[in-house]
Amino acid sequence: MANVVGSSVCRTAVDEGKPADWVPGGEKQTAVDPMKMFHELPREQLFITGSEAARESMRRANIDIAIAYPITPQSESMQQAGYLYDEGYIKEYYRAEEEIGTFSAISGASRAGVRSLTATSGPGLMRGMEAISSWPGARTPIIMLNMCRVINTPLAIQPDNIEMSFMLNTGILMLHAENQQDFYDFPLAAICASEQVDVTLPAVVSVDGFFCTHARGPVKVTPEEYKLPPRDGWRSAVPAMDNENPPARISRDAPIQKSNFISYHMHSSWQQEVFAAVERSAKYFRKYLGSLVEVVNPGAEDFIVASGCAVSQAREAVRQEGEKGRKVGLVKIKTIRPFPTEEIYEAVKDAKRILIPEFNQAGWLHKEVCSVLYGRTKGVIKNGPRVYGGMTMPTEMILEWLEEFRKEVK
Amino acid sequence: MSLETLRPSPAFKDVLPVEYKDLVEHGPYNNRNGKETQSVKVTDMGKFKEVIEEHPMCAGCAMTLFIRLTYIGMPNPEHTIVVGTAGCGRLAISQASVPFIYGNYGDTNAVASGLKRGLEVRFPNQKKDVVVMAGDGGLIDIGFQGMMHSWFRKEKFTTIMLDNEVYGNTGGQESGMTNHGKVLKMAPRGKFGDKVDALGLAKVAGVDYIARLAPTNPARVARTVRRAIMVAREVGHSYIQAYTSCNIEYSIPTPDVMKDAFEIEKERYGFEEIISPAAKEYLDEVEKKAKKKKSDR
Repeated sequence: MANVVGSSVCRTAVDEGKPADWVPGGEKQTAVDPMKMFHELPREQLFITGSEAARESMRRANIDIAIAYPITPQSESMQQAGYLYDEGYIKEYYRAEEEIGTFSAISGASRAGVRSLTATSGPGLMRGMEAISSWPGARTPIIMLNMCRVINTPLAIQPDNIEMSFMLNTGILMLHAENQQDFYDFPLAAICASEQVDVTLPAVVSVDGFFCTHARGPVKVTPEEYKLPPRDGWRSAVPAMDNENPPARISRDAPIQKSNFISYHMHSSWQQEVFAAVERSAKYFRKYLGSLVEVVNPGAEDFIVASGCAVSQAREAVRQEGEKGRKVGLVKIKTIRPFPTEEIYEAVKDAKRILIPEFNQAGWLHKEVCSVLYGRTKGVIKNGPRVYGGMTMPTEMILEWLEEFRKEVK
Repeated sequence: MSLETLRPSPAFKDVLPVEYKDLVEHGPYNNRNGKETQSVKVTDMGKFKEVIEEHPMCAGCAMTLFIRLTYIGMPNPEHTIVVGTAGCGRLAISQASVPFIYGNYGDTNAVASGLKRGLEVRFPNQKKDVVVMAGDGGLIDIGFQGMMHSWFRKEKFTTIMLDNEVYGNTGGQESGMTNHGKVLKMAPRGKFGDKVDALGLAKVAGVDYIARLAPTNPARVARTVRRAIMVAREVGHSYIQAYTSCNIEYSIPTPDVMKDAFEIEKERYGFEEIISPAAKEYLDEVEKKAKKKKSDR
């Protein structure tokens, strides 16, 4: 019996409404070793938006299933995923009912052992948070793109990355893209790291909404005829829920809710293992991204530590200070989880002043940096500048804060 | 999973638990008589090893009986994945020798949607049956949206509602499937509104196979489950709503649980099947084939 068009897999060209000689795009691609893709293949520079960069990343990511639900500013990327599905680069795709449904469904897909992708923005992330925070414990490799947006209320659609703070202690791998280029590179690296046997965790690549998603920037991409190798559903820290293992009267998702010390112990050791797996992923990110951080002007007295868009603004501040003959250092944090504790310490251990600009009210990155440097360095760590609610952060703001900082800390 | 995978290697046979060996030698994992699907019979219960036997459910629980029968009805338990949620049922379901996904409360039909589609991508040549088995609260209240949309999308899996008309596992609160006026916890003045017409909703949503029943006729339960799973495999969604009384919260004396089931069946829970033309055509085809094979023998 023919499958229903657009609602099920194992389709033929005819089921798809395509000409009989239609070949899905993915079948025209060749799978290459990830290291070759990241470091050896030639690259062509495009001038595209962040959403388009995400599309080009997805095109090369060998995605089995993508599940979408619209929310500004994410919608465009998942529409692009729809086009990739139509072109045959993604094997299965649908628009789910809302975010709890989307993120529950994507966890079901990952449990089947296939490469699964979804995306969201601020309020959508918050709506689906119960499902999202259960992904790591279920040991489901999932790639989620997160286009940061203000959390309501008052209702707004503007960029603000406060939502990232809600994921810090979930056991999810978290990357923060600075620009369109990162939004192309990071998802591919995150997929490869998340599917390693000693990791087997979901990964979220966040980017600051609009600033990156809706603005164009230079993006160097590898030839589209190459894609990542497929997910191997047999290689995993826990078996896929595919009923391909002999039966045991215990489930992978066993309810551990009896009130006794054995169940408490099981749950705590399960959590320990999840967070240990986050740390184990660092070696893969070092391999794929070169490093967990990028350091500009090592050895400087003044340092800016930042992630996401704040890095770009800080780069310009560093350049302008350089023109005036002042050396200011910059640490760009690529992975928020695993947090690059030692890399940050090595970079700023001799700094006198450390400035942490952020696009959120809470200053979550400041707290993170303080918690790993406390008692280890003599430098003063400054909580700001911070903008939020959709505001931009002019370079002048960082420069003014630096000037004040120098007066405060001689 | 191939039955060959299940069959113990002769060298290891003597160190395997008796329970495992029984399941493979005398249970649904072996008793095929050359057929593609399992052929253990409900009437032989007690003579073969069931996929689920031990469980911590309350004494006399009708839900337990229904769940055991459901596992006997599964045409291919070796290729079935069950998705559940918080509630009494999962205490038994999680002890079955069939993979069980125990997700967040109310997420069953969304998880099953992703799972089924993922399995179809990964195993294009092997049908994998996905069965959601959850309570009335898990489906009609907290899981309502996910359930309805999986029906609208005609996701190819089966939803089984274990309808005990109460939140049993949390201690007896009224649910959407509780009858009007019933006094239960969180309904101190009696339930507002009527029992949700889930069968009617399934009809409106275009579910291809819909059945309502009480566990009064074991063979019928197994047959209904089999039909629902077969329809979900090839045609569209299927939904079974089963009356599985809560003898604790409804104060039904343990020896009277089946008496209650017969009474409620007669009163308002009679066996009913609503089958779409496409599902009917398909069921006629497979059931005719099965009959023909029998007469050939």
